Amino acid sequence: MSALQVELVAADRMVWKGEASFVRARSTDGDLGIMPGHSPLLGVLVAGDVSFDGESGHQSVTIDSGFLSVDHDRVTIVAAQVDASGLTA
Amino acid sequence: MGAQQRIYRQKSRSVQSMKKITRAMELIATSRVSKARERVVQTTPYARAITRAVSAVATFSDVDHPLTLERENPAKAGMLVITSDRGLAGAYSANVLKRSEALRELLQDEGREVVPYLTGRKAEGYFRFRQRAFEESWTGFTDKPTYEVAKEIGDRLTADFIRGSEDGGVDEIHIVYTQFINMVTQEVQVVRLLPLEVVDAEEKASEEELFPLYEFEPDSSEVLDALLPQYVTSRIYNALLQAAASELAARQRAMKSATDNADELLKTYTRLANQARQAEITQEISEIVGGASALADAK
Repeated sequence: MSALQVELVAADRMVWKGEASFVRARSTDGDLGIMPGHSPLLGVLVAGDVSFDGESGHQSVTIDSGFLSVDHDRVTIVAAQVDASGLTA
Repeated sequence: MGAQQRIYRQKSRSVQSMKKITRAMELIATSRVSKARERVVQTTPYARAITRAVSAVATFSDVDHPLTLERENPAKAGMLVITSDRGLAGAYSANVLKRSEALRELLQDEGREVVPYLTGRKAEGYFRFRQRAFEESWTGFTDKPTYEVAKEIGDRLTADFIRGSEDGGVDEIHIVYTQFINMVTQEVQVVRLLPLEVVDAEEKASEEELFPLYEFEPDSSEVLDALLPQYVTSRIYNALLQAAASELAARQRAMKSATDNADELLKTYTRLANQARQAEITQEISEIVGGASALADAK
């Protein structure tokens, strides 16, 4: 199974970029779980945690509002502000 | 020491201390300009992601959004003028203000009333001195703008745009800012911010791969509702960062030429002081010789 190419982008910098097998984020309708092979999606995110299972294990960051786009296993999470204090690598 | 010599020494001392100041400012600007450029580069992924998303929504839905809708007979036009807080940056702020005057005339000729929004103390001072009204001004951050400031400006402009000219808002918004091209070239740009034109959509779609058929969560109009204000803010943020980099580059150049001029002046004053000293010596000698020969003649 291929992995997701994840980019986590804040307004003033690229926060994290890498591969993950699972991404979870909170959209306006509730929690969203993204796994490889997900259909193309453009969703609005509300303030909350975004977490992903990357090579270095489970990690999570806190964002304020933003959005998420998924296409061809490429996940882009865009937020104005990202609190990356929980990020290890 | 003669009076003339003393004057030249004084002048060259003051030029020397000014030179120290301008040299220091030049060095500071040089170190900051690279950081400012880096910040512009670091925001590119965000700008790209957001433009891409907006283009994608625009391609797959015919949703008319208030922010993209052209108004018939616009009566009022907002103008965001981005200048610096501090001077000593050559013609940087003057160029922006000159361009904003040209834009104002153009808009007025087309029958639109111009509502200025200002950033930077230089623009504020320019308007206050001429006792011209302005809608709002933001100051105190121009060499290091933050996203929060961009958001504040963006929210205000978007709100005024949505209200429309009938309710005391505006019908369109232009930005006058300085685009950073490289260390020696910065160009004043005028762009229309609102109503939005997502021009990139059609051009890019043909070059790159086509956008996949996105699902929207919750639905396309709400996604657009959330995206467009962020898009506006990211455009403003980018303009502020470009302007900051341009300001620092302009300051560095201005201070470099000031330092060079100070060097030139120092050389001139040293020469003049030497000349004055020499003239004084010559005069003293001729006085002594004249006095001696007068005494010899008297005997």
